Amino acid sequence: MATLLIGEVTDGQLGLDATAKAVTAAQALGEVHVLCAGASARGAAEQAAQIQGVAKVLVAEDPALGHRLAEPTAALIVQLAASYSHVVAPATTDAKNVLPRVAALLDVMVISDVTGVVDADTFERPIYAGNAIQTVKSSDPVKVATIRTAGFDAAALGNSAPIEAAPGASDPGLSQWIEDRTAHSGRPELTSAPVVVSGGRGIGSKDGFAIVEGLADKLGAAVGASRAAVDAGYAPNDWQVGQTGKVVAPNLYVALGISGAIQHLAGMKDSKFIVAINKDAEAPIFQVADFGLVADLFTAVPELTEKL
Amino acid sequence: MKVLVPVKRVIDYNVKVRVRADGSGVDLANVKMSMNPFDEIAVEEAIRLKEQGTATEVVAVSIGVRQAQETLRTALAMGADRAILVIASEDVHQDIEPLAVAKILAGVVKEEAPGLVLCGKQAIDNDMNATGQMLAALLGWGQATFASELKVEGEQATVVREVDGGLQAIRVRMPAVVTVDLRMNEPRYASLPNIMKAKKKPLEEKTPADYGVDVTPRLSVVKTTEPASRKAGVMAKSVDELVDMIKGAGLV
Ligand SMILES: Cc1cc2nc3c(=O)[nH]c(=O)nc-3n(C[C@H](O)[C@H](O)[C@H](O)COP(=O)(O)OP(=O)(O)OC[C@H]3O[C@@H](n4cnc5c(N)ncnc54)[C@H](O)[C@@H]3O)c2cc1C
Ligand SMILES: Cc1cc2nc3c(=O)[nH]c(=O)nc-3n(C[C@H](O)[C@H](O)[C@H](O)COP(=O)(O)OP(=O)(O)OC[C@H]3O[C@@H](n4cnc5c(N)ncnc54)[C@H](O)[C@@H]3O)c2cc1C
Repeated sequence: MATLLIGEVTDGQLGLDATAKAVTAAQALGEVHVLCAGASARGAAEQAAQIQGVAKVLVAEDPALGHRLAEPTAALIVQLAASYSHVVAPATTDAKNVLPRVAALLDVMVISDVTGVVDADTFERPIYAGNAIQTVKSSDPVKVATIRTAGFDAAALGNSAPIEAAPGASDPGLSQWIEDRTAHSGRPELTSAPVVVSGGRGIGSKDGFAIVEGLADKLGAAVGASRAAVDAGYAPNDWQVGQTGKVVAPNLYVALGISGAIQHLAGMKDSKFIVAINKDAEAPIFQVADFGLVADLFTAVPELTEKL
Repeated sequence: MKVLVPVKRVIDYNVKVRVRADGSGVDLANVKMSMNPFDEIAVEEAIRLKEQGTATEVVAVSIGVRQAQETLRTALAMGADRAILVIASEDVHQDIEPLAVAKILAGVVKEEAPGLVLCGKQAIDNDMNATGQMLAALLGWGQATFASELKVEGEQATVVREVDGGLQAIRVRMPAVVTVDLRMNEPRYASLPNIMKAKKKPLEEKTPADYGVDVTPRLSVVKTTEPASRKAGVMAKSVDELVDMIKGAGLV
């Protein structure tokens, strides 16, 4: 049986990077079908059809599916699940909202944040903020899993898989969308950017983040933050990197005024190169940094931005 | 309206976990255990709903080993009215899977008939981020996950959710399951008099059999290993040196 992969569709657009990385992970399980669901999803389906390794794309368009509400989306997936051995999705907030609901409706466990596929039943996943890696084997008839995409390369494009309409599902009408409050910075997306520059409590204020953003823009990087910086209101919630925020693994991660708590490291320690600037030589971030500089960030970062 | 708050006993977030050398798991004997931080936020929110007159009673429930009593006493000291402990395991190393936890919670919900279940978004030990969603599915209720704001207005609740793109506001029909994120509130500390009072609050003990739930795991743990570790690198003495190092490594 094949794997049903839930494509990441937001306002009709496919999250191509996340979906293509999840395809790479899912290919180890056999044939991959991608479901694109939304109020409009045809464009997303056409993009998904280009991903190498995709055998078929299912498209479900319905106003009820428009804002990734859990109940109608789960109802649709459950209806399709009978013909699949695996139901997987990139571990985005949308998938983490929907897939556990799908799993419970199918009376199976969900396997969250898979970082490795050992075989069709066996998966690796981090626990305890990434301080341990657990290998779990599922005895369920259908495996429902979210894939932590940071560890997988995106599948290439150039395919033209057939696109079919998925049967409609009924909306239980339990929730209603009111609004999305999203800001578009024009910067690369945090979870797929090759370079990430993050600021912590050491940045000291919302205005102080201009220093972080200045370096990020110089490097064409995405901007991240520690929980402390988000809690203090210096940075928006969707910039949070860590155990309970986003997990990133860029080529270069620059940590500015971040101490390096395990909960933060959980979200960035798989980065290829880590550079840290902190005024405290004892900060734990230096234990994972490839290059470190003990300095006051308010003078060092503008100088670095200028000289790079 | 009654509010049910599931609270999990987990390894304290400040403790550095140690993976056992034989790969059998993580050492949990003699380490500091605390209430899952997200669940403290859920308890706090429930108490605030009561203080505002929206909730009439706050019931905390925990599923696990007998020692989870301590976690429930913490919830009671914060202000919950009573507690239910479902003893599902004798061994601290045996965790109960979210599906089984959700089934037990569904049984508790049938008996208690709360108007709202407030869960944490994830437990910081296994990081599954699943129980609330699974409970909502089993009950056929609506769900609002990763909530940073909650307003209960009669038959519905308005919830602001923390999502990848920023924030999303939704309205969910009650009764519902809401899972709370970090920025919903700052949980209070229990005062000494309240800790004393909590000792006298009712704590009822149950077993999974009382709810007809089989807790046999669906996932078996093959092994638990240490992640690849990173080594500390080199320290630059100046910004100029750092620039050379970054350029030398071909990073820009
Ligand atoms: C349940 C739970 C979940 C959590 N999830 C996350 C998560 O997902 N992500 C996350 O990041 N955290 C998370 N945390 C929080 C985490 O434990 C830390 O509190 C947080 O990461 C600290 O952020 P910080 O490093 O910015 O702040 P601090 O630890 O306060 O560090 C600030 C650093 O800035 C340095 N500094 C100050 N001024 C300057 C200056 N002028 N120049 C240079 N350096 C300076 C200081 O030396 C210090 O090292 C979580 C905690 C809990 C309990
Ligand atoms: C060392 C180790 C050994 C393991 N051994 C086993 C094993 O022998 N058998 C087995 O079945 N699984 C085992 N597991 C796997 C484990 O059971 C699941 O991965 C785990 O339950 C995941 O859920 P979570 O606690 O992360 O819940 P989440 O879904 O992340 O929790 C979200 C919220 O649900 C509520 N909640 C969750 N659990 C409870 C609870 N118990 N009581 C009250 N409220 C709760 C809380 O509000 C919490 O904030 C083991 C895991 C480890 C690390």
